[in-house]
Amino acid sequence: MRGVLVAWCAGAALMLTGPAQAAGAGMAVVSSEKDHALTLIDLSTQTVVGTVPTCKRPRHLMRVAAGQVLVACGDTGQADWIDVGRKQSIRRIALGEDPELFDLSADGKWLFVSNEEDAQVGVIDLARGKRVASIDVGEEPEGVLLSRDGKTLYVTSEVASVVHVVDVASHKVLKDIAVGKRPRRLALTPDGQQLWVSTELDAGVSVIDTKTHSVMGTVRLELKGARSQDITPVGLTFSADGKTAFVAMGNANHVAFVDVASRKTRERVLVGKRAWSLALDASGQRLYVVNGLSDDLTIVDVASAKALKTVQVGRVPHSVVLLEAGR
Amino acid sequence: MKPTVVWLGRIGRAALTHGIGLALGAVVGPVQAQTAGAGNSVGGGLLLVAVVAQDDPRLERSRLERSVPGHATGPAADGLRLALKDHERVLQAAGLRLDLQVLEVANAQEAARAVKTLDAGRTVAVLSDLPEDGLKAVVMSTALPVLNMAAAADTLRGAACAPHLWHLNPSERMRTDALAQALVARKWTRVLLLASQEPADAARVAAVQATIKRFGLKLVDTRPFKLSADPRERDLANTRLLTQGDYDVVWVVDGPGEFATSLPYRTALPRPVVGDGGLVAVAWSAKFERFGAPQVSRRLQRQTGRPMGSQDWVAWMAGKTAVAMALAAPQRGPEGAKARAQALTTLELDGSKGVALSFRSWDGQLRQPMLLSDGQAVIETVPGDGVMHPRNRLDTVGADAPEKLCKARGG
Repeated sequence: MRGVLVAWCAGAALMLTGPAQAAGAGMAVVSSEKDHALTLIDLSTQTVVGTVPTCKRPRHLMRVAAGQVLVACGDTGQADWIDVGRKQSIRRIALGEDPELFDLSADGKWLFVSNEEDAQVGVIDLARGKRVASIDVGEEPEGVLLSRDGKTLYVTSEVASVVHVVDVASHKVLKDIAVGKRPRRLALTPDGQQLWVSTELDAGVSVIDTKTHSVMGTVRLELKGARSQDITPVGLTFSADGKTAFVAMGNANHVAFVDVASRKTRERVLVGKRAWSLALDASGQRLYVVNGLSDDLTIVDVASAKALKTVQVGRVPHSVVLLEAGR
Repeated sequence: MKPTVVWLGRIGRAALTHGIGLALGAVVGPVQAQTAGAGNSVGGGLLLVAVVAQDDPRLERSRLERSVPGHATGPAADGLRLALKDHERVLQAAGLRLDLQVLEVANAQEAARAVKTLDAGRTVAVLSDLPEDGLKAVVMSTALPVLNMAAAADTLRGAACAPHLWHLNPSERMRTDALAQALVARKWTRVLLLASQEPADAARVAAVQATIKRFGLKLVDTRPFKLSADPRERDLANTRLLTQGDYDVVWVVDGPGEFATSLPYRTALPRPVVGDGGLVAVAWSAKFERFGAPQVSRRLQRQTGRPMGSQDWVAWMAGKTAVAMALAAPQRGPEGAKARAQALTTLELDGSKGVALSFRSWDGQLRQPMLLSDGQAVIETVPGDGVMHPRNRLDTVGADAPEKLCKARGG
């Protein structure tokens, strides 16, 4: 297995693995806060194929290169650069106190990270591994996302209930956009025109017009049998065509499929406890949902809006990233 | 327009020694205190006025060192300052200045005098960290919203309630109901009650007995205890003698906590202890790991150098409530005051406990999940899974609307 993985990461052997290729071949990588490890799940067999130790309390993770991910660790204030194929850390980069979420510039040179403890966003020069600037933001910053052109950085402050609009060139906060209560995660529509912000204590999503930087609407999440206080949305992402948003409903244990145009929920899929973070595969067929309180990952078939399988992962899983064929 | 925290007037003894004035009425007047304390640095903003007890017995060193879960671990002003700091940017963006004034009072009379002269158009709320008698005096002496941070007595939510009195700290009954829910879920139904003989604990003992009845638990016996090393009083003091019998759990009521915290592992039978020792229902614990709680706890730890206790959270929530009121209606004057008082009734607050928190209209109590902790960990949160309520699950702990206990609020 290990040989296959190494070869796959080199981007060569996937053609040889046959069946793995057919159903979106590759790997789902899940961070577990309490295991200090990443869990690797083969996308074709939908089973756990290994774990990789990381720095302490790994949370948000992103793909940085073929077969490589970067994961931010809350307890040790680091990012761990992991070669998934070799199941090894390549290097570690200091991120400052209590890093939570981050984003990378398109050229891979810069990393922007929310430091919850310091109420700051850190700007890290990845090549040098150096923090070159700190931007003061509201308390408990969480979501960090760059605009499509890389010129603007959006940051949520959970306590201040705002989205900060930061000018990347000058590191200045240009505007605070008041949104719903306890804003968590950010996602841009594929055309970059709308910024969706999950608001955990408002059972909804605030929709921001990225031209005017003002709230243009709200998505109300509802679920039969659940009260609004039990719906605590966190992770969200869009389909490639921008028509559907997938929103993890937190304590309501469901994922909502929201029609972007009408902002109405089309489907609700039961997943695990406290549906938390999610990722959609490149084909748009499978949605991977991390469940924070049931220590598992639910794989959802998008077309039928049905959960296919739930895979046990590490303790207190936080984020999932997909490493698909050739990506 | 940077919001600042200003430390102003010290009522009573200290104020007199500072020679601010001799006529007590003038001394206790916060308006006087402002001028004396900060001059032009207190400009056109709004005020939060905290009334705290001078030489607060809860903050005596031996009490603090005992660190009973749920007891105060430091001054309420710490939590208030944290709330203001947390909202610094928001206040700045709104162009709003909020100053905190902390008034130390020696007794209920001083408390009453202190709040009588407050500028009603400018004071967002009176934040009381006083015991029951002091709080009652404050409520009688001002029409401003009073946010109670310290007094847990159920009567303040019932017969002695008031339309402008709001409670951030859980009531006694919320604490007892929370424990009872956990006992029912575990089928630990037979309860041996050990009751303190302190007069201040009489109502608390009654609250436990009422809760036991309400939740269908069985009260095996109620036994008084006494802290004593006198062999002639061993029936009252010896924990093994006190805990003879057949029961599932020992529930101990002991306000000061010295007896209760040393009761676990000293019972005749190998049974758990709950109440004021063992498993305790609290508003907050520094050990709480969910919903971003560690971030809040670490901010207070960083500011004060101590872990964030239940009372710190309560003060922090009182500060957050007052900030939210000020943001809802930032203008000075009677119209602003009216709008702020109105805003309080519909506020939804983030207490980092996983759900939005709001005030119960029928008794002014902040509804909130309760944490059950042994001081080392948060064992669970209440209401737990499966607990149901026709409107809001949080209303399964504490007095509910149909009971109509608070007549002053039209109950």
